[in-house]
Amino acid sequence: MRFFWSIVLLVVTLGLSWRFLGSYMAAVYEGRVKFLAWLERPTYRLLGVDPDREQTWQRYAGAMVVYSGVAILVVYGMIRLQGHLPGNPQHLGGVSPWLSWNTAVSFTSNTNWQNYSGESTMSYLSQMGTLAVQNFVSASVGIAVAIALVRGFARKGSSTIGNFWVDTIRGIYYILLPIALVFAVIFVAEGAVQTLAGPVSYHNLMNGARGVIPRGPVASQEVIKQLGTNGGGYFNANGASPFENPTGLTNFLSYFLILVIPVSLTYTFGKMVGSIRQGVALLMAMVILFGTWVGVATWAEMQPNPAVAAAGIKHQPNGNMEGKEVRFGASQSALYDIVSTQTSTGSVDGSNDSYTPIGGMMLLTGMMLGEVTPGGVGSGLYTILIYAIIAVFLGGLMVGRTPEYLGKKIQATEVKLAALGSLVMPLTVIVSVGIAVATAAGRAGPLNHGPHGFTEILYALTSQSNNNGSAFAGLNGNTTFYNVIGGIDMLLGRFAIIIPALALAGALAKKEVVPASAGTFRTDTPMFTGLVIGVILIIGALTFFPAVSLGPIVEQLIHGRFF
Amino acid sequence: MLVHLRRAVVLSVVLFVVLGLGYPLLETGVAQLFFKTQANGSLVTRGAAVLGSSELGQRWTGPKWFQGRPDPDNPMASGPQNYGPKSKLLLRFSKSQAALLRREGITPTNDLVTGSGSGLDPDIAPADAYAQVNAVAAANHLSPATVRKLVERHTVGAYWGFLGAPYVNVFQLDMALAKLTGSR
Repeated sequence: MRFFWSIVLLVVTLGLSWRFLGSYMAAVYEGRVKFLAWLERPTYRLLGVDPDREQTWQRYAGAMVVYSGVAILVVYGMIRLQGHLPGNPQHLGGVSPWLSWNTAVSFTSNTNWQNYSGESTMSYLSQMGTLAVQNFVSASVGIAVAIALVRGFARKGSSTIGNFWVDTIRGIYYILLPIALVFAVIFVAEGAVQTLAGPVSYHNLMNGARGVIPRGPVASQEVIKQLGTNGGGYFNANGASPFENPTGLTNFLSYFLILVIPVSLTYTFGKMVGSIRQGVALLMAMVILFGTWVGVATWAEMQPNPAVAAAGIKHQPNGNMEGKEVRFGASQSALYDIVSTQTSTGSVDGSNDSYTPIGGMMLLTGMMLGEVTPGGVGSGLYTILIYAIIAVFLGGLMVGRTPEYLGKKIQATEVKLAALGSLVMPLTVIVSVGIAVATAAGRAGPLNHGPHGFTEILYALTSQSNNNGSAFAGLNGNTTFYNVIGGIDMLLGRFAIIIPALALAGALAKKEVVPASAGTFRTDTPMFTGLVIGVILIIGALTFFPAVSLGPIVEQLIHGRFF
Repeated sequence: MLVHLRRAVVLSVVLFVVLGLGYPLLETGVAQLFFKTQANGSLVTRGAAVLGSSELGQRWTGPKWFQGRPDPDNPMASGPQNYGPKSKLLLRFSKSQAALLRREGITPTNDLVTGSGSGLDPDIAPADAYAQVNAVAAANHLSPATVRKLVERHTVGAYWGFLGAPYVNVFQLDMALAKLTGSR
């Protein structure tokens, strides 16, 4: 019953945000919102950017790549040198080279895979000044790319798709920063930590407990980590840590914040292309897939944990609690983790590694769908638009007409780019998992034995290639092998999709609009929603079924054996 | 290309100032002004000594205390133990926890034989606390009714009745128990 009402509250709050945040975001990117001009204009002046001058897709992509490259260097440099910088009350030394490389790529690509424990690795300055900054920036870049692609559909005969600098800055100033400012205060009121004072020692004479409590500017980072679908925890325990996610309310706000922008962007899309129904068709595809995954995972996590049952505790009325926090309960923990894995967030409020085989499979396969249900901020929309193009192509083949989407003819160039964009992720995952299981360095990673060990490897590389960042965290990822291969996967998973998406934007913006006729294949109907779901499932399920059956499916089917 | 590079560097500096310093420092100011206790870690002190944080679990051993989740409870190394659902290590772990509880006369329950998500979970479900009432009462020479009342008083419902799950904070429960028995 509690789970039911939490879903009701989520649907109501997201529904309202979809309508109002969705239209606000359209206004932001169309330049109609100006209340922060006092902050925005000086920024453009410092950059030497004329906000009214737009860019071709090549220049847009060039600016995005150069900026991301500089961001990687800045993060790398600052965390390597943190021992010599201020804001380090824990007196931590610099982060090692390969770990710094992995972390820098991870945060700039919106992945937030973490091969380190925040509390014992990162200084306050590193957390605030590099990692949290990238939480904003990578999110805003993602939305900017999605908006550029939407402009490609919305415009006709245009050689430009917007200005990268303007889109990125507006996304940060008008969308991410104001929401983060408000919600961080709620997190603190509930019990999240927000201080610059250093760690504190404690000693309790009653039970003899003693140790050190780490602290820091946590709440400010926590909120943007969710809102920007980043997912990198301040502490190693991520959203399970009481200092990051103290109560049932903050747990709800966490998954609300994760979903709010990706969901609302479907309204923004509809509004910008002149038909809200087009956005609804895509939203419905997201909702149906997402709902199915939530249902199965929640059911699975309310089942008893097999190992705990074998230890003699057969009665587990509150579900699989291994690796979960009592204040959230198993079902709402599962909801959080499904939200996080289907949005490219990757924050966790429990141990994904300790999920039941079916529950863990839902987390893993949620990412394998390509992070489109609803996907990360921006990345969800541009990726599902790529799938939609493939869907209209298939639809066109079936009815024997040149496919059109939103009045634009979908021709060889567009289909090639869409195919490229949708194939990068599966290829990256499969090739890198193949390398990992074929090499001793890769096989040294897993903590658990048997099929679960294989799932740990598969999960890690799926997560990084999809820019998710969640983990079956038993895997020891802080080795040269996993730092290097993960970094490459994250770069490919991000930029090898963004660049085709921007090329698509450029190609589409140039085209004229074909007037709709009786023979036009409609893309705002349940039929089209079904076709998009079909494409997502075929690409995800057919590609990954063999790998998934070696992991969680085998694990589920073997009865009475422990590894 | 060069103009991109110049802009990228300038924007990195601007955003470092606005987002890396301005935003967290502003939040810290607001937090310290209005929510000082929570913002500093909900520390529980006696005089100048810090006993712990009411948000972080501690290990309470022996039959005199209510037991929490069987976690390492080291705040500097948070995180779950990551045992898979069919892991021999988990089987062994839960078995040994269950045996430990039985030796103290407690019927093992789910949360008391499984590790938490943070490795620092301060809470247990009300059922886990009630399972310990008789054993704790006997060890402290208190009546079970008194101890049960203590648990009732420390039971917190789900947020707004439906967000999260009901729980008992073991740190606060044991501190209250200590007050009741007069042990220091």
